Amino acid sequence: MLALRSLRNRRTTALLTLSAIAISVALLLGVQKMRTAARDGFANTVSGVDLIVGARSGQLNLLLYSVFRVGDATANVSWSSYQKIANHPDVAWTIPISLGDSHRGFRVMGTNNDYFEHYRFAGDRSIRFTSGQRFADLYDAVIGADVARQLGYKLGDKVVISHGLGNVSFAHHDDKPFRIAGILERTGTPVDRTVHVSLEAITAIHLDWGGGMQAQGDARISAEQARAQNLTPESITAFMVGMRMKVMTFTMQRAINEYRLEPLLAIIPGVALTQLWNLVGIADTALMIVAAFVVLAGLLGMLTAILTSLNERRREMAILRSVGAQPRHVFTMLIAEAGLLATAGVLAGVALCYGLLYAAKPLLESRFGIFLDPGGLTGYDVGLLASIVFAALLMGAVPAWRAYRNTLSDGLTIRV
Amino acid sequence: MVDPASPAIEVEDLQYAWPGKPVLLRINQFRVARGERVFLRGPSGSGKSTLLGLIGGVLTAQRGHVRLLGTDLAVLGAGARDRFRGDHLGFIFQMFNLLPYLDVLDNVALPTRFSRARRERIEGGDPRAEGRRLLSALGLADPALLASPVNELSIGQQQRVAAARALLGSPEILIADEPTSALDHDSREDFLKLVMAECAERGTTLLFVSHDTSLGGLFDRVVSLDELQRSPAEAA
Repeated sequence: MLALRSLRNRRTTALLTLSAIAISVALLLGVQKMRTAARDGFANTVSGVDLIVGARSGQLNLLLYSVFRVGDATANVSWSSYQKIANHPDVAWTIPISLGDSHRGFRVMGTNNDYFEHYRFAGDRSIRFTSGQRFADLYDAVIGADVARQLGYKLGDKVVISHGLGNVSFAHHDDKPFRIAGILERTGTPVDRTVHVSLEAITAIHLDWGGGMQAQGDARISAEQARAQNLTPESITAFMVGMRMKVMTFTMQRAINEYRLEPLLAIIPGVALTQLWNLVGIADTALMIVAAFVVLAGLLGMLTAILTSLNERRREMAILRSVGAQPRHVFTMLIAEAGLLATAGVLAGVALCYGLLYAAKPLLESRFGIFLDPGGLTGYDVGLLASIVFAALLMGAVPAWRAYRNTLSDGLTIRV
Repeated sequence: MVDPASPAIEVEDLQYAWPGKPVLLRINQFRVARGERVFLRGPSGSGKSTLLGLIGGVLTAQRGHVRLLGTDLAVLGAGARDRFRGDHLGFIFQMFNLLPYLDVLDNVALPTRFSRARRERIEGGDPRAEGRRLLSALGLADPALLASPVNELSIGQQQRVAAARALLGSPEILIADEPTSALDHDSREDFLKLVMAECAERGTTLLFVSHDTSLGGLFDRVVSLDELQRSPAEAA
């Protein structure tokens, strides 16, 4: 095929053009893959929960700290309000959540065994244990898969919880160490990055704390002394609600939002997730548009390369004409050149993208908690790639037309 | 389409002007018989290239006829003219005749990619074998030479490759446009004699265009483009 041989003759330019297209395609496909992964990860974070209730703030704020362990609660929910709602006849179950402490950068969440019973993610998947079991003792901790892997913990290890959030905390609850009683299977949700303890344990480690400091000397309460105390918390950060009948969800939501003894907010996770996704989705659409423009830049690079080659190739065209090539042969040859460059670029881009995704997968998971399954090319991906090649063919028509015009006017004159 | 009795090239009452320019060519009559070897002389800028474009069928005259082998090019469509050129004409240009991305034999075999007639006229049907035969007849038999990239050949070698390509598949007419002007004097004559011997063997009509008349003695006839141009105005 003449177009291929001619391209090979200009291989430096051709390779550079091809690389530009490959890199841009890899970027576009990568963004597309990340986008799908992010959207799926999002939608799969929590399911089966009908309402999330917290102190009155914003719907997104509540969703972020209760589900994504991002940001802080501005206020708490009193234990009595929680009990009142939890005991409502329409409520099937509740999961209390108490946040505020951390362990080596991972958030600590106080809850109870109902969490392992009722929490669902990714459709109807429940939380399962790789090893160990639920809370049995006051100082039992159950850790997510990431926590276990990154910190190298195994069952029976002792861990100390730090007061407050943040990676480096100076105040530690080192007088009341926890024992790792269970390790959870990977879920691909923030659960993997959470250290779970019981609500009572949260109360116990804070018994002798006040104003952000631990009491000194005799005022201290030892781990064993704490067991004898009343460990019912005064308040919790938020709680999740499962309704007996789904149709009652809206009635309950309204009732909670109008609760007069305490300013509370109830949100429907699905609605809030959609709202959050719409917010995050703007960035992600913007990213996609940027990637599309990079592809366009790659294709324009190709157009430039072909156009600049035309002048020095007028001789080539005249030779072809002299042996009987028709102007349409020249036209086809240049379109084929654009098509070959773009197709090779797209294929190289796909290879590059998958190579990078597989290479970056461990890092993305461990550092950013993004679970990326590169998977195969979806129909949408293939359509996207095909449209790039199609765009390249359309662009190829520009130099092809120029060359066609040149051939007609040059004829057999060999211009050097 | 090809009438065996008609002249190879017949130009009649021809008039051509580039768009927006005064008339450049005005030729009352110019004929080249089959198998004839004609030297067409003309200084540069006299319209030689334009005349070759008209004979080659890439340009069309505003007035008059160009008939090749009895076929009037004007009655053919653009695509048919291109095919006609590919089937019946071979060209050798002054220099840079070869495609840099093809090897020597592929350059020689290039016409067979576009012309079925020339492919079918090759005995045995193998263009590369025929190319090798032609090249050795033209004095390029060294296999190492055939394997080297075309832009590493000397100008003289490149012109022989171009001649082999123009002769491959035995087109009836060979048009050579200053093919020797980049060669030194001795090799000019060698080159021309080899090409002429091949033409004689096949009965190929040769139209040789140059401004340098020193080779004119080797031809059946020397025609001056200036005279061709002048005669019609006086005759008419």
